[in-house]
Amino acid sequence: MKKYCLLAMLLVFASLSFAVSAATAAPQMLPQFKFDNFTTANGLPDNHVFAILVDGERIWAGTENGLALYENHTWKTFTTADGLAHRAVLSLALDKRTGDVWAGTMGGLSRISGGRIDSFTQLNSGLSNDVVYGVSVEGENVWVATAAGGCRLDLHSGQWSLYNERNTPMAEIWAYAVSAAPNKVYYAIWGSGLLEYDQKTKRWDKYDDPDGENEMVLFKDQGLIHEIVTSVSYVDNVVWVATYFGDSHYDGRYWHNFLTKDSGLPSNFTNVVKGIDAHRAWFGTDKGLAYYDGVNWAVYRSSLTDGKPEMTVRDAAGKITSVAVTTAPAHNYVLGIDFQGDDIWVATAKGLSHGIRQKQ
Amino acid sequence: MTPRIRKICGVALAALSVAVLVAGLWTGRAVRANEGSDENYASPLELLLSPDGARLYVLCQQTEEIRVLDAATHAVLKKISVGRVPRGFSLSPDGARLFVTNSWDDTLSVIDTASLAVVAIWPVGAEPSSVVEDRSAKHLFVANRISSDVAVLDAQTGAEEKRLLAGRGASYLTLSPDGSRIYATHIYPNPTRVRTELDNRTPPMSEITVIDAARAVVVDRISQPAIAGVFHLAFSADGKLGAVAEYHPKNLVPLAHLEHGGAFAYTLMLLGSDVGKPIEIPLDELDRYSSQPFAVVISPDKSRLYVTLGGSESVLVIDIPRLLRFVHAHPCPANNSFASDLAASANYIVARIPVGHNPRGLALSADGRTLYVANRLDDNISVIDTSSNLVASTVTLDGPKALSLLRQGEQTFYTARHSFQGQIGCSSCHIDSTLDAVTWDLEPDGFGRDVVDNKTLEDIKGTEPYKWNGGNPSIPVECGPRTEKYFWRSENYDDKALTALSVYIRAIPPRPNRWRLTSGEQTPAQERGQTLFERAKDKFGNPIAESNRCSYCHSGPKGTIQKSFDVGTRKSTDNTGLLDTPQLTNIALSGPYLHDASARTLEEIWTVYNPNDKHGRTNDLTKDELNDLIEYLRTR
Repeated sequence: MKKYCLLAMLLVFASLSFAVSAATAAPQMLPQFKFDNFTTANGLPDNHVFAILVDGERIWAGTENGLALYENHTWKTFTTADGLAHRAVLSLALDKRTGDVWAGTMGGLSRISGGRIDSFTQLNSGLSNDVVYGVSVEGENVWVATAAGGCRLDLHSGQWSLYNERNTPMAEIWAYAVSAAPNKVYYAIWGSGLLEYDQKTKRWDKYDDPDGENEMVLFKDQGLIHEIVTSVSYVDNVVWVATYFGDSHYDGRYWHNFLTKDSGLPSNFTNVVKGIDAHRAWFGTDKGLAYYDGVNWAVYRSSLTDGKPEMTVRDAAGKITSVAVTTAPAHNYVLGIDFQGDDIWVATAKGLSHGIRQKQ
Repeated sequence: MTPRIRKICGVALAALSVAVLVAGLWTGRAVRANEGSDENYASPLELLLSPDGARLYVLCQQTEEIRVLDAATHAVLKKISVGRVPRGFSLSPDGARLFVTNSWDDTLSVIDTASLAVVAIWPVGAEPSSVVEDRSAKHLFVANRISSDVAVLDAQTGAEEKRLLAGRGASYLTLSPDGSRIYATHIYPNPTRVRTELDNRTPPMSEITVIDAARAVVVDRISQPAIAGVFHLAFSADGKLGAVAEYHPKNLVPLAHLEHGGAFAYTLMLLGSDVGKPIEIPLDELDRYSSQPFAVVISPDKSRLYVTLGGSESVLVIDIPRLLRFVHAHPCPANNSFASDLAASANYIVARIPVGHNPRGLALSADGRTLYVANRLDDNISVIDTSSNLVASTVTLDGPKALSLLRQGEQTFYTARHSFQGQIGCSSCHIDSTLDAVTWDLEPDGFGRDVVDNKTLEDIKGTEPYKWNGGNPSIPVECGPRTEKYFWRSENYDDKALTALSVYIRAIPPRPNRWRLTSGEQTPAQERGQTLFERAKDKFGNPIAESNRCSYCHSGPKGTIQKSFDVGTRKSTDNTGLLDTPQLTNIALSGPYLHDASARTLEEIWTVYNPNDKHGRTNDLTKDELNDLIEYLRTR
């Protein structure tokens, strides 16, 4: 008994020590960036940038008016004339093995391979719907989130499998995002929570807001924060979930939710989440870009009051500190996030931003 | 007897002969599945010389073996059995291993060249057709014809790491001389995304897929506009000149009057720094065509380029300095193609060396003095002295001495000798006895009328009538007077040739179906799809008229009731809406679909071209169910 008590005390002490040290060290440790912004003025085909994908030195941007590729300091745009399914590109995914890029558009799914674009639509293929909000590549499978449920394209056999209200626990079929890994696939369903597919058992599971669909949080950390799920990122066996009413972190056993009132999240209205690992993630909201390092938060945006660039840090104790910066992402309405080494690329409603990590 | 009656009698006699012969064949020795032959012909398809030049490796497709010959004496050193219907092979850079693709087994045989024994058999993709190893012996690259990709395998274990998207019908791979790039060609054109008013008159488009050998990723796709059918590519030793053999169909104009411009140009696409941007040059001459170019080699000193002409039964010899002078001296056409200039080739073709039937693979000795040619349908190898451009000797591969009727028919199928100026043979459009995935405007229906998709010939026995309008009751009729009149414009078949040709065509087997499970069971999707295929009621419980069920028109083992129906796909340029029901054999391989190829995919048959349920009751189906139906059809 004594042994257990001692162990418990040690654990509590260690946790507190870690939290305190992280909290006190955080403001200096959180990343600082110089944001270079791209708009139509310097080559971007459109300022509405829905998705961003980094492939080494190549940067792909899904815009409302074509798929843009930034390479060797030059932008090149692919359009429907090149075979793109639709001019509005909503989502992007990279097949890291082959280098192929998959683009979800308002008019179908496009595969960009060595400069050739093949497009799949609901008319010429097994794709369930032409409005493709999300795409993720895992092995030989391309997982797709559409306005009519999810799909999987098996690249070896060419077979399409559709997932909807008839064969999954999906109550609504508005699939907003998908994150696939060899063991699990997660779908963000707008209005129907989070869907989980176990690749081994081939079974579906569903995570709902225990409060139902209302916007009050009655049971914090008891489950998914809200049914209107907009983005999902599965990394290190942990799933990060974004909704329009706060965000969630689920490690397979425990939920941890984030709201503006009790975290550093700048807004509950979150468009995108991108996990770095089990503890760290980036959030794109309607009021700025946020980073969570497991304890502390940093927010990067233009000030909501005077529009000037700002970076704020919130530590574990809730103390907020300003960090002097001279640049901010192109717009506070953030729609996409990807990483290039220590740098970050951010898709926003009014341009694309390259956050160049500054030495601290 | 008038000429017309004589002709009718001839056709009837030919048809009768075919019936009798085929009946005899089918009751006698089983027809070999791979080549439709009752005799075990070697059918040499590809050749390789060992790095030291001492051995000549011969890929014998029909006997399914690699024969190892002493290159000096031509004595057979060993016969090595491989898998079903081998199609391509290559040596590892050090010559220690010989890799063979078994196109009907979907495997790769690895042969140790010291022991001349198969040391491994590795699974690969669907219909592997060519293989190369990179210089570092890290990866093997395998072109898969059916899955239209290039598989990347661990060169030591054979484990597949990934597949790279290539052109449709990916078939031939070439490693660049510096080892940095792999070039993949494909025999069927890529699906075009261009839509025309009637959705059926679009030019074919092909590509050369360029792969970074070290990173094993696609880094470029060299566009080949208007090309359908691309074969071997060869580089000069300095890597500055590449040449690839290809077909350039003229399918956007009516296929009429070969003497007035023709149906095909047979060309080389040149690439590399010697020419700048890729450019297409014709192999055809003013008074004779260079039908069905296949293999290309370039002499070590870059003075000569040799091309086998599968349909013209010869080897072309091109003077490379003169070729380059021609290319640089003439203004480059806007489309980067000299294909229509029949006078061009006089500038660079220096010889045409007659060889055997359907010459395919080439091997050139290291000193450039001896050229070996695989005469596939003669079971021999022509040995050419390149200083005289004459066949110095012929190496006969042991096998049947007599030509079976099937073999005669196959020779007739692949030769272009019957057509005006030797322009086309059956295999110009039916590549490797399948299809070309191109639409044609044939003359009998009127110019600009009845534009039709080219059907595959796999397993067509017992699916008569033929032609999309069902106008030809039998193969002898299809291939006899109609072909003579509208295609060849020159020499007709005699009765024996027509009979042999018909026997061959009726014996063309289906390729193994890759969607069927080996267990004979069905996947859940296939099972659901079959239920939909056979259903008699729609989802609302309403009975579906018998003639509007999938399983009615597409009944029987081959999926055709052999009658014509109007499925609502008639275009304004079509003379009739009544169309013969096509067979379903390997339907997944024979796209595009519908009589005029307007449906690019199986899905489009129902999502685009069946608005009134005339092509079966399908508009009640959900997208999932339509996908299930297609999964089932792929197993047919």
